[in-house]
Amino acid sequence: MAYFAQQSVNAISLGFLYALIGLGYTMVYGVLTMINFAHGDLFMLGAFVCLLLVTFSPVALPFPVLLVLVMAIIGGLGVLIERLAYRPLRQAPRVSAVITALGCGLVISNVTLSISPYSRAMPEVFDDRYFNVLGVGVSLLQLLIIGVSLALMVGLDVLIYRTRFGMALRAVAFDAKTVPLMGISVNRIISLTFLIGTGLGGAAGMLYGMAFPVISASMGVLVGWKAFIAAVIGGIGNIRGAVLGGFILGTVEIFSVAMLPSTYRDLISYSLLLVILIFKPYGILGRAPNVKV
Amino acid sequence: MTMKSLVFWVMSCGALALVGCGPKEAPSVKVGLNVELTGDIPAVGASARNAAELLAAQVNAAGGVNVGGGKLPLRLVIGDNANKAEQAAAVTQRLIAQDNVVAMIGPDASACAIPASEIAESLKCPMISPWSTNPKTTLSAADGSPKDYVFRACFTDTFQAGVLAKFVRNNLNAQTAAVLYDVASEAPNGQAVLFRETFEKAGGKIVAFETFTTGDRGFSAQLTKIKAANPDVIFLPMYYTDVPLVAQQARRLGITAPLIGSDAWSSPEIIKLGGEELEGSYFCNHYSTQIATQEAKKFMEDYRAKYGQDPDDVAALTYDALGLLVEAIQSAGRLDRTAVRDALANIPQFEGVTGAMRFQPGSGDPIKSAVILQIKDGKFQWVANATP
Repeated sequence: MAYFAQQSVNAISLGFLYALIGLGYTMVYGVLTMINFAHGDLFMLGAFVCLLLVTFSPVALPFPVLLVLVMAIIGGLGVLIERLAYRPLRQAPRVSAVITALGCGLVISNVTLSISPYSRAMPEVFDDRYFNVLGVGVSLLQLLIIGVSLALMVGLDVLIYRTRFGMALRAVAFDAKTVPLMGISVNRIISLTFLIGTGLGGAAGMLYGMAFPVISASMGVLVGWKAFIAAVIGGIGNIRGAVLGGFILGTVEIFSVAMLPSTYRDLISYSLLLVILIFKPYGILGRAPNVKV
Repeated sequence: MTMKSLVFWVMSCGALALVGCGPKEAPSVKVGLNVELTGDIPAVGASARNAAELLAAQVNAAGGVNVGGGKLPLRLVIGDNANKAEQAAAVTQRLIAQDNVVAMIGPDASACAIPASEIAESLKCPMISPWSTNPKTTLSAADGSPKDYVFRACFTDTFQAGVLAKFVRNNLNAQTAAVLYDVASEAPNGQAVLFRETFEKAGGKIVAFETFTTGDRGFSAQLTKIKAANPDVIFLPMYYTDVPLVAQQARRLGITAPLIGSDAWSSPEIIKLGGEELEGSYFCNHYSTQIATQEAKKFMEDYRAKYGQDPDDVAALTYDALGLLVEAIQSAGRLDRTAVRDALANIPQFEGVTGAMRFQPGSGDPIKSAVILQIKDGKFQWVANATP
């Protein structure tokens, strides 16, 4: 029983991380129908920016300040990349934009690699504690990660479904050609989307680095792909779908190890995800695109 | 001609000029170095390069390599394999076919050394891997017979797994053990399987045998399973960048069993990344700075003087691998790959930094001993010696 409970805690923590990273992919896709493959590398940079801030800050920065700074820096970088690399290609074929995104990601990870070829130890940002509740180990950090992720997700949901900006964003996603006629600046909406989407990726990178405190330039690759897959399963372009997909992937990964030999983990997880896609080709919460005649 | 096409032509001509007219080289002994300078384990590549450059500088300061009466300078051609199998293969091709090296040192990680060794063997170029412990490196992929041109300066995983299994059975009195390893990486994979075999043969019981994949950071599911199996010790054959994460997550879940590692732990980086969760863990290694021979002491002093840090086992083994090669070239007396290979196989006894060694007849694996180290007070402490 304690075993099952512990594995559930493991699954929830992992699910939150996948969900938080997946949000960035899904937001950009929802608005631009473009997959931002640089997202995994911006995620990695979030952890490194946090490391730099902690190392070089003359005063000890508290966790909330660090989080906001990391989000602002990474979000700003996301906006910059969009402005310099993606915007000139907005009318170009989708493939060009995707390749550009992959290129941006490679540039980011290789610049990081040339500056820091070694894996780094993430400094302790706050004093962690462990609890043992009926044989189930939970750390304060895990709770913090869950809390922060939850707050960011709820905040995002409110922003998109309850505010004027959110309405504008959904309008751009729905029909970017008609929106300017209503007096809404498409470029501004897209910049803000990148600010929020990559900012969340930066936050996820920082939290991930705190949870697994050995960080390296390649840390974004595998987890970036997994979060992307989670977003697709949930229905890419759909915010709640990304969260759902993250949880499904986290749960399947943890419980396939918990109940079967761990060697089969990826085989089982991804076979199951393929099966989901066969029955729901646009993801669980995704809808078929409106084909305009 | 438009601006764009002009730029294109200028750049193409420039590129061609770079390819076309290399300066005529002075005669030298060219040795390839195929190492992991970037990728997951850059500390390994840095140590290897440092040690090789140290030895090359020493050899050249003494006049160079004695080749059939004349002295030629030793020149290293360094290639980065990024700890990727395909890049290691490409670097091997380039060093042997284009740079025309007389022999190659490296790669270090078995995942790179195995594909590289196949190429070196087929091109008949001697290769010495300083650190690859996987048995497959020196064995032919086709029929399992020993390769002719591939050697290593370290012991094999078969030996290492036996040493560790014996150590945990006899010295730590372990009845049960769990194993967690990277199933996608060659060396850890082999170590895990060989450890299971020898530990069970020695009367122990493996209660959990779990895996992960290269790049994973979270091991909570596997560790929760291991905790439920309640082993006496946990064997973690994995590279030094993964170990601190596993150790930390294990301790958080309340696992207190001692952690046991292979030589892939041996970079001092492990202590910078890990720290207190690794205290009390044991691992098998190629040499210890605490029981150094005369040769080893001199090497450590020189290395410290040049780079300001203690040499790890990769540095020591690379120094030995290149030392073996220089001795073989001198006794062959000419820069002929087959002659160097024959001389290498027939070195009667080499007094290396990592101990005395010689190659087993008809094999590229040396006969040498291992040490067991413990991580204590943030340092590697010598615990025991293990002879074949």
